[in-house]
Amino acid sequence: MSTGPSTGTPAVEMLGIQRHFPGVQALKGVDLRIARGEIHALLGENGAGKSTLMKILAGAERKDEGRILLGGEEVRISGPTDALDRGISTVYQETSLAPHLSVAENLFIGRLPAKRLGLVQWRRLYREAGAVLDRLQIKLPLRARVSELSIAQQQMTEIAKALSHDVKVLVLDEPTSALTETEVSELFRVLRDLRGHGVATVYISHTIEEILRLCDRVSILRDGELAGERAVSETSADELVRLMVGRPLLEMFPKQTVSLGDELLRVERLTVPGKAAEVSFSVRAGEVLGFAGLLGAGRTALMQTLIGAIPADGGTVLRRGEPVRIRNPQDAIRHSIGYLSDDRRRSGIAGLLGVGANLTLASLPQFSRLSVLNPIQERRSAEAVVRALRIVTPSIDQQVALLSGGNQQKTVLGRWLTAGVEVLVLDEPTRGIDVGAKVEIYRLINRFLAEGKAVILLSSHLPEVLGMSDRILVMRRGAIVAEFDRGEVTQEDVMFAATGQVPVTAHERGGMPT
Amino acid sequence: MTDPQTMTEGAPAQITLEQPEPYRRAWLRRLLQQLGPFLFVLALGVALTLASPYFLTSTNISAIFVQMSVIAIITVGQVMVIITAGIDLSVSAVVALSGVMSTMVVVNDHWGIVPGMILGVLVGGGVGLINGLLVTRVHLPPFIATLGTLSAIGGVALLVTNGQPIAAPTQFDALGDGHVGPIPAPIVVMAIVAAAGWFILARTTLGRSAYAIGSNAETARLSGIPVTRVLVSVYALQGLLAGLGGVIVASRVVTGDPSAGANYNLDAIAAAVIGGASLFGGEGTVIGGLIGALLMELISNGGDLLNISNFWQDFILGVMIIAAVTYDQVRRRALARR
Repeated sequence: MSTGPSTGTPAVEMLGIQRHFPGVQALKGVDLRIARGEIHALLGENGAGKSTLMKILAGAERKDEGRILLGGEEVRISGPTDALDRGISTVYQETSLAPHLSVAENLFIGRLPAKRLGLVQWRRLYREAGAVLDRLQIKLPLRARVSELSIAQQQMTEIAKALSHDVKVLVLDEPTSALTETEVSELFRVLRDLRGHGVATVYISHTIEEILRLCDRVSILRDGELAGERAVSETSADELVRLMVGRPLLEMFPKQTVSLGDELLRVERLTVPGKAAEVSFSVRAGEVLGFAGLLGAGRTALMQTLIGAIPADGGTVLRRGEPVRIRNPQDAIRHSIGYLSDDRRRSGIAGLLGVGANLTLASLPQFSRLSVLNPIQERRSAEAVVRALRIVTPSIDQQVALLSGGNQQKTVLGRWLTAGVEVLVLDEPTRGIDVGAKVEIYRLINRFLAEGKAVILLSSHLPEVLGMSDRILVMRRGAIVAEFDRGEVTQEDVMFAATGQVPVTAHERGGMPT
Repeated sequence: MTDPQTMTEGAPAQITLEQPEPYRRAWLRRLLQQLGPFLFVLALGVALTLASPYFLTSTNISAIFVQMSVIAIITVGQVMVIITAGIDLSVSAVVALSGVMSTMVVVNDHWGIVPGMILGVLVGGGVGLINGLLVTRVHLPPFIATLGTLSAIGGVALLVTNGQPIAAPTQFDALGDGHVGPIPAPIVVMAIVAAAGWFILARTTLGRSAYAIGSNAETARLSGIPVTRVLVSVYALQGLLAGLGGVIVASRVVTGDPSAGANYNLDAIAAAVIGGASLFGGEGTVIGGLIGALLMELISNGGDLLNISNFWQDFILGVMIIAAVTYDQVRRRALARR
């Protein structure tokens, strides 16, 4: 019974919100109004102030100036608990789940059903948790530990947790960055359902297609100011991008085709215990080989095996036709293969180290003689990379943890440029970064190819795989199930192959027994 | 746009004499981080100078540095271990065993003083190697691995001596009581160890790798850092330094005492932490550790001069550790909030 947003008193009004941080004014008097039963997108590049604005609403950050009205009444939100009590639930980008507890425990954390002695009533817990999931029609293993779940399942748990409270206002910060297409649809169904129940939803996202698909209205923030507010039905992707970046979008995927050279890497019958069986593929100089597939299809495990981070259970790797033995990531780097991991925080950056130290981390032998570092050479290289990749940082000694997501990602990418690898595996290289930074990363891929190198691109974002790859392999259950050439394929083709919904084309290969 | 490749793979780097601005500021920032403990040392020094006429005499100052030398040497190793997000609880047992072994071979097997001392240091290195292998190959948490060796190695020290101290020949005091020119030998050793420790952490791939592992071990591994080799080296280095400390202790009292060294464990950790090393890894410096060791020694020395009981000294030290870590937490949270 989607009737669109109701008129009358908005559920939330934030008026003239200002917030200063040392050296920067994050919010310069922003107005935001969200109606009951409305899904309201908050769009903007990283650093535009979206997260700060929502943290203020959630009581996790204080405001310097401005007023907040809930249902027409001015309120002072004193902290996160207060916000929750007022019906404002927030799902942040990084999950706040307790990894060692079960899904059910996480849903009710802080308010587990207990007897007077503090003993948890387990049966009641599982019953009530099950009821919450049923109501939302989300399927999750209630008794599984959160650490055993996939990232997507963790995200769904997080959302279910937020919705298990009596929610009037739901804030979602980039909820789909780790989700596959099917899971995104699942989430959208839940959100539309909530809209029908009068919940006001704030949906922070970088993905314009999603906003056009899901949301009713959109507010665009740029440099801490409201750049515009539109009804989604009356705007277009072009206009949104223009409002967001303040300049027209040149082209989202600036793919340049390079003439292909020698075969740089060939992988034959590589097997990863439990994850991938006898997978073969090859990539040539100047080529982007895309890997599509659902989460858990085995792409990341396969690539981590290729670089020796996970032990292989058979298979051959050939570099320029020569068989090589790769037992650990050092061997991979020695054979000029680099791997940019899919999880920037957990295995991409060394957050406490400076930008410079992060850039040279994979090539320390290059910057040292007899294990003694040459700090001058190191600094010159790091500063050149910072300039070339336009990494925004006050100095190369700045701790990487303090940079924005896009600049962190550029730093990790810069590490592999510094190492000068010939074959670069990019695992979800643009996850959770803003449009501007994405395009810059695509440009870097182009430059890399122009130097006669090869890229293997793993991405759950189909437009990205299709837009940037010369050839696309689709993985499902640890095996390559389809192969497509650039231009001859649609998102639907890839989706069908990845989910196994229809018999696949002549390229079909054997799947892994389950 | 400049190509980073040509910058890194081209001709050897030209030497630029002036340092660019950001570099200098980072140096200043690091200094500011250690400013808290350092100012406290300074203030304490001034206060003690005013309170006791004996404090600022060359005899007393020299005594302070000799007293802190063993702790300082062990702290240098502990800082390195802590930077990797590890900890070494076995140092007090190593101090005992290396002192016992070095005196025993001299007394029983008629080894020379110097070979005996070298053996003592190497014994420490051996224990460190075992710690490193337990952590990397057996995948034990450092706390458990070194707690195990603490007990086991402490037991070995008592077993080989039957629990009796070994009286060494008087010449054995060369390292503990000797002088290099006018400077007591332990101070010289401490200075050399500190300089070497600084160099390793700030200027070598080993040091950089240690920071990287402590900051994010998985990132380090995927970036081709030989994590196992680095960790084993760091624990082995810490073992060597604890062994060296044990030999100095034995030399100063001319005795191999199987129950020596009990305090060194927590003192070295305390000094490292007071000096800004983070038990979560990735942060810590040799200079900081030295300041921490000096601060602790000043409290003990000043307490003795002013006739404050040892019990109070322990209390003050405890409060200081808590204050130092609290300060660090507050600083970190302020940093994270930006």
